[in-house]
Amino acid sequence: MSFINYSSREINCKIVYYGPGLCGKTTNLQYIYRRTNPGQKGKLISLATETERTLFFDFLPLALGDIRGFKIRFHLYTVPGQVFYAASRKLILKGVDGVIFVADSQIERMDSNMESLEDLTINLAEQGYELEKLPFAMQYNKRDLPNLIPVADLDNVLNLRKVPWFEAVAVTGKGVFETLKAVAKQVLFELKKHY
Amino acid sequence: MTGSDLVMHEEEFRRVDAELQKLHQQSNAKVVFLVDKNGQLIASVGETHEIDTTSLASLTAGNIAATGGIAKLLGEREFTILFHEGEKDNIHISLIGQRIILVVIFDKRSSLGLVRLRVKKAAETLGKIFEEITQKVEKEKGEGKLEESIFAEISDEDIDNLFR
Repeated sequence: MSFINYSSREINCKIVYYGPGLCGKTTNLQYIYRRTNPGQKGKLISLATETERTLFFDFLPLALGDIRGFKIRFHLYTVPGQVFYAASRKLILKGVDGVIFVADSQIERMDSNMESLEDLTINLAEQGYELEKLPFAMQYNKRDLPNLIPVADLDNVLNLRKVPWFEAVAVTGKGVFETLKAVAKQVLFELKKHY
Repeated sequence: MTGSDLVMHEEEFRRVDAELQKLHQQSNAKVVFLVDKNGQLIASVGETHEIDTTSLASLTAGNIAATGGIAKLLGEREFTILFHEGEKDNIHISLIGQRIILVVIFDKRSSLGLVRLRVKKAAETLGKIFEEITQKVEKEKGEGKLEESIFAEISDEDIDNLFR
């Protein structure tokens, strides 16, 4: 659900990073925060536990620039990945415009990836969304680690809709902006369809 | 997509702003602002310069969402008012028409009773305005295009430029 304000000439969109616990959602946001000019970003808010696990959400407002005189703002959110935070995870999806699924490429995390994707589909459906119709991109993260699932296998299992996908190493920033851009593009083109 | 996007034109924005100004004055508040349930800041009045309103908007919406979750667990439809009391400042949060969140920050120059009273009045007016806005968006969506569509000419290149 975007917010188009003709008075202040702004367009606000909400993008949510989803994925299993410790897959690197918060790391994506931290990298984006580090690499954007101070004028383009707000505070990075992390509601996390003492051990830096996301408790409720991370939030980063980004104003990347103008299109036809309208300031384009993206509000980036992450969900808590851990299974037992299901109730709060659901809430973050309210009013979402686009989703980035961050998958953990390590072999032993494949089950968690699948479980989280299933959870995403169900939670979206509860809010009245269909994952098939939402702007969506896949990020295969942690490609720098040993003991990886080949990208083709990840793609076969997780990316049934064949949305844009990216290999990433979120700690170094590889693939981070590419993934965001892919979803941002879909979100804006979605608006174009309606208005 | 579920629900509808929120599209606000100059005229509606002025009406909303005027209502917030009135509430700000009548309730002796420090800051009054309106947030979309999804965390987007819609409008704010008062001493906003020293407050990070964007973050505040997102956290307020998170707060309302969490409280809504609790309400559901208890079999309530929604808790429509939240109040946090601080040493100096207090914050009064209320839900209008299931969609908009009205936030009033006030200190000892005002009181909870006064804020509640004024918020109740303002909520009625604001509720009506947003109902009209929603209807208008639906209508325009049905007709196809908004009068001055800015999206019609968005190109790949425009979006690439954002990420340069």
